[in-house]
Amino acid sequence: MAHRFESVQEVRDGLKSVNYLADDGIAGVAFLADRLGKPVLVEGPAGTGKTQLAKSIADMTNARLIRLQCYEGLDESKALYEWNYKKQLLRIQADRNSDSWSDIHDDIFGTDFLLTRPLLEAITAEDPVVLLIDEVDRVEVETEALLLEILSEYQVSIPELGTITAKQIPLVFLTSNNTRELSEALKRRCLFLHVDYPDMEREKEIVLTKVPGVSENLADQIARIVRSIRQLDLKKSPSVSETIDWARTLVLLGIESIDAQQAKDTLHILLKYQTDIAKAAKELSIDK
Amino acid sequence: MLDLLAGFVVELRNAGLPVSLTENLDAMEAVQHIPIEDRDAFKYALAATMVKNNAHWRAFETVFEVYFSMRGPEYKIADGDTDLDEMWREMQEQMRQGDGKGTQGGSMDNLTPEEIAQMLMAALMNGDQAMMRALAKQAVQRFAGMEPGRPVGGTYYLYRTLRNLDLEGMLEKLMEASRDQVGGELTPLEERLEHDEYNDRIEQFKKEIEAEIRRRLVADRGAEAMAKTLRKPLPEDVEFMHASRDEMQNLKKALQPLTRKLAARLARKRRHGRKGPLDFRNTVRHSLSYGGVPAEPKFKYPRPAKPELMVVADISGSVAAFARFTLMLVYAMQGQFSKVRSFVFIDGIDEVTEYFKGEEDIANAIHRVNTEADVVWVDGHSDYGHAFEVFFERYGKDINSKTTVLLLGDARNNYHASQAWVVKEIRQKARKVFWLNPEPRSYWNTGDSIVGDYGTHTDGVFECRNLRQLEAFVEKLA
Repeated sequence: MAHRFESVQEVRDGLKSVNYLADDGIAGVAFLADRLGKPVLVEGPAGTGKTQLAKSIADMTNARLIRLQCYEGLDESKALYEWNYKKQLLRIQADRNSDSWSDIHDDIFGTDFLLTRPLLEAITAEDPVVLLIDEVDRVEVETEALLLEILSEYQVSIPELGTITAKQIPLVFLTSNNTRELSEALKRRCLFLHVDYPDMEREKEIVLTKVPGVSENLADQIARIVRSIRQLDLKKSPSVSETIDWARTLVLLGIESIDAQQAKDTLHILLKYQTDIAKAAKELSIDK
Repeated sequence: MLDLLAGFVVELRNAGLPVSLTENLDAMEAVQHIPIEDRDAFKYALAATMVKNNAHWRAFETVFEVYFSMRGPEYKIADGDTDLDEMWREMQEQMRQGDGKGTQGGSMDNLTPEEIAQMLMAALMNGDQAMMRALAKQAVQRFAGMEPGRPVGGTYYLYRTLRNLDLEGMLEKLMEASRDQVGGELTPLEERLEHDEYNDRIEQFKKEIEAEIRRRLVADRGAEAMAKTLRKPLPEDVEFMHASRDEMQNLKKALQPLTRKLAARLARKRRHGRKGPLDFRNTVRHSLSYGGVPAEPKFKYPRPAKPELMVVADISGSVAAFARFTLMLVYAMQGQFSKVRSFVFIDGIDEVTEYFKGEEDIANAIHRVNTEADVVWVDGHSDYGHAFEVFFERYGKDINSKTTVLLLGDARNNYHASQAWVVKEIRQKARKVFWLNPEPRSYWNTGDSIVGDYGTHTDGVFECRNLRQLEAFVEKLA
């Protein structure tokens, strides 16, 4: 099978062209995922661009993104496939008189009556696809087992139809906020990527690419302040998306360089808990 | 290559990382797609296939650094030694032109310590990474006093090097220099930012020094021996009583996701509890609407009562860290208990429940516990007997059949009277009494430890030396 990427650097440049700044680890793992044909389990704090990574990869490879949002209570009929029983009923009623039993039986369990759900759709797709299984830690442990077959063999077994194997191996990304330990079986089948808060340089770059109209100086200042805030012992550290929101706000307010008062006034965009805001304001000696 | 990776996997397993066979195979396949000269890519490829838990990353990194630092020339990454020397010469040229001194050029070895300090400051000021690395090398060579075959740990060398460099003073100087640059006072915000920036760079420099020392040690002793001495426990295996400051930080970081996971697991357990037996009365009542046919069977769903919790913790020096962690863990999962009350003691006892009320930040509350609680009665040495006596006298009436009492401490009573009868009384009133001891089991009942005296009157004494054990206990409790 032809590979999508030639080198790690190519992944990196490609991601950059769709405004996603990857570091070595991210680009490397994406590259390996393609080469080894394995899914990637992306873990990390909220708002560090885990979902965005999958979107950007899809963007970059001109693939369709198929997304399965996980939640408690997700089951087979919503993740894999479902029989369209209304259509089946109609079919039976339509030729009540003519067909013999075996004809109808074979007929109503054909692909015409199958409703594909994200996982099956990703496997049967003819065009290039990227499958994103979002927040996989939200499903119950038992439901996780649903994913195993598709993740390791890229196939789905439907009792009435047999096994459907992938026509092409899609890139698969699973994201997790780490609210619970995922099962060993799932982890074993995946490449593991931990996406942490970016370092200062990268954050600055991100702000520069994502926020139109921000000056180099302001981006630098923003990145530095955010780094200082992340070092504090907070309930919830500011995420990258919050940094971007903050930068947007500052640009909208027409601020060129942040002073203490402005920082204090806009801190609530960065931090979402009152105690955190108070702490940050105090620590950055904005209160003085 | 295969042997090399196999050895690496053995080393990882020795360090406590669970690496399965399939993961091992994946890693072997992965490295075939990665140019071996690219050390970073190589590292990430191995990590992506073998490390499936972020908490294990540090352990992995250490093993990797040691294992691959001195592997034959084909694996050794071009360290850039020559580049560094060249760069160094360039720098020297500039310096010589700059202030006209510097008698012989050549290598770094001829510098005085003052000059090194100066160079370091310049490098830190500009954030010049290559320069910092060169200086780290030089500093180690010069100050650490490493001798081949000397059986001393890396930390000793690190300490020696850092003492000679005086990085604390460096930070001050850097701050002053940047103040001068602006020409006047920095605003508090700027001051803080500059401070963090330099701190970051100095940390980086320290890491360079550590790496350099490690490289030299590996060269001296061989990778296998070094890996053994450098083997660090995973965060969940770090002992509370002997954790270094660094490890404490990591522990704290590990605690937060852990409580979240634990709470989620417990909540799920409560919700998805097994179906209970048939509820006959309810079934009959519902059968009325079907004309007496019990068409809709009803079951008794078990509703496990949330326990009330009383935590009584020794916060004297030796076990303070343990008490802190347990309190943090318990309060982080308050929702799983109907009520949590906490008491701390050394030789006097004080209730600290109030500190946690209306305080969103648990760390803050713990800080208040340590500073404000009135726990010293006579001399500030642990006296379990007296503390328990007072506890029972004051709060004993609040203990009822729903209460679970947790006693935390090493039961090192400084040879005071044990007053074990109090624990016996408590047990008679309470639902359950547990004792958590942060000491290894083999130390129990040695010296002035009288955990046995108390233990006989409790429903169980548990060894809680690390997060893993603590987690297991709390899960059982709720």
